[in-house]
Amino acid sequence: MKTQNQKAWFFVLPVLLLVAFNALIPMMTVVNYSVQETFGNNIFFWEGVRWFEELLNSDRFHAALGRQFLFTGIILAIEIPLGIAIALAMPRSGPWVPVCLVLMALPMLIPWNVVGAMWNIFALPDIGLLGYFMNTTLGIDYDMTQNPFAAWATIITMDVWHWTSLVVLLSYAGLVSIPDAYYQAAKIDGASSWSVFRYIQLPKMKQVLTIAILLRFMDSFNIYTEVFVMTGGGPGNSTTFLSIDLVKIALGQFDLGPAAAMSLIYFAITLLVSWLFYTLMTKDDAK
Amino acid sequence: MTIALHNISKVVAGQTHIKPTSVVFETGHFNVLLGETGAGKTSLIKLMAGLDPMATGTIEIDGQDVTKLTTQKRNISLVHQFFVNYPHMTVFDNIASPLKVAGMAKSEIQGRVEEAADILQLRPMLHRRPHELSGGQQQRTALARAIAKESRAVFLDEPLANLDYKLREELREQLPELFAGRGAVVVYATSEPEEALLLGGATALMDDGNVVQFGPTAEIYRRPQTLMAAKVFSDPPINVAKVTKQGSTLTMGQSASWDAAKMNDAPDGTYHIAVRPHHVTPMPTPANTVALNGKVLVTELSGSESSAHFAMPDADWVSLAHGVHPYQVGEDHPFYLDPSACLLFAEDGQIVAGGGA
Repeated sequence: MKTQNQKAWFFVLPVLLLVAFNALIPMMTVVNYSVQETFGNNIFFWEGVRWFEELLNSDRFHAALGRQFLFTGIILAIEIPLGIAIALAMPRSGPWVPVCLVLMALPMLIPWNVVGAMWNIFALPDIGLLGYFMNTTLGIDYDMTQNPFAAWATIITMDVWHWTSLVVLLSYAGLVSIPDAYYQAAKIDGASSWSVFRYIQLPKMKQVLTIAILLRFMDSFNIYTEVFVMTGGGPGNSTTFLSIDLVKIALGQFDLGPAAAMSLIYFAITLLVSWLFYTLMTKDDAK
Repeated sequence: MTIALHNISKVVAGQTHIKPTSVVFETGHFNVLLGETGAGKTSLIKLMAGLDPMATGTIEIDGQDVTKLTTQKRNISLVHQFFVNYPHMTVFDNIASPLKVAGMAKSEIQGRVEEAADILQLRPMLHRRPHELSGGQQQRTALARAIAKESRAVFLDEPLANLDYKLREELREQLPELFAGRGAVVVYATSEPEEALLLGGATALMDDGNVVQFGPTAEIYRRPQTLMAAKVFSDPPINVAKVTKQGSTLTMGQSASWDAAKMNDAPDGTYHIAVRPHHVTPMPTPANTVALNGKVLVTELSGSESSAHFAMPDADWVSLAHGVHPYQVGEDHPFYLDPSACLLFAEDGQIVAGGGA
């Protein structure tokens, strides 16, 4: 006879409770809202998948999703190569290492809403340093509140300034973990600095870069605070990314059902892209 | 083919790591760099490979001055103590990497890699990654890379140090064959005197960033020029004691004195004698005639050999003898010295007599 020890469940229980409180219960609440129409005084009407259907067919959602992917694509295309380049240029040893590391970490230590406020003031056309320089010194018509291109450029610059350091630090950690012997072996093989990068540094950085890309994807895909403070989604809807749009629907219009449906789709997209990317990147290692 | 070092030295932050050294390594036999850890073997190899900057001097490979050439352009190979292979490449690609970098044709690469793989018995592993190999196979991959490259100089920096006993012996036997007739100058660094003797050829004894003596291995073993060289080239450590010479009599304090007519050329005075442990035996023989009384401190049995550390009034010595001897630790025991095997060094460490001189 096979005896089963049910005690094992007790060891799993604390984790189950923790996950329930921080993920399952809030998520189920959202699922609950997403299939109903909500009125005041806790009056609910069953709507089924209506909000999902409406959302997936709405131009407004498509536009926000498009902006979101464009934004994330641009900042990844800038931050990842730039981060690797800076990490490669940083000294591997010596007194400048801690100086560089602290300088790199600084932008990441600033709270997000402060970053937003800083850049908002920085970009003001009349008194902001950047705004004044662009308009008065260079004579370029630069106003984040009027010009969508200026708004995008500023937000992208802000994000690059704020988060490239993360890529730098992760890449740097990957680089310093390469023993000198590999560089020596490559030199002895007669390898150029490009082959050293391609065949030694890049493969060694692959794992940390996977993490860096994942983190930057998820963070930038969910960007809210800085954009809310800097442009509030404007001018017009030009910087209304998914999260901004979601908050407009949920808190501005108080459409809890559609907002809940949008949250779930938003979450599913983030999860799906992350999972696909991670699976593709780690496919070789599993062999 | 030769590698000629003229007065090369290495200085890092005001500290001299390699003192000005001039040596000519030749092809056709192994050139062994023998010295303890920290003696400068790896530093010297790195200078020759161009991996570290030199403070002074010039290096010529086969008559060509390579002092200013980068490592990439020197056409050399290096095998490290720990196994260095590119982890994400197969064994084939690892062996082929220097050839690919050199832009060799695919068919030729294939041929060279397979030849090297056959010599090192790596054929069945060509499509594996380094982490799927044993330590011995990983090191053989690194050696195969050095062989396939057919470079002018091959530096082997304690390549067997991280292998287990059995593999080390096996690979050590193969090594001279691997490089025989390939024309490359082979420089082999080791900290084991036994390896230097087994691999033969020429030996450069290194101590404290200095090449203290260089020449054919057997000659250096028989007649080290300095006390330091004698110490470096002896394992277990060579026995040393202070002696005074008067006429033809050598006296080691209160421990012993004996007739040394062979050393009559040397003037009277104080000297150091050095004698290898296997010339001090626990039984008298026709050669081992000078009795020493010692107190046994430590004994070690290694099957075919017995060694004993013993204390005399003037020095602590080691005896190494064939067979199993019943020592009692703490008891007095007579030991017998072969006076003809003694090396006599002046007080400044230069050899005066002995060693078949």
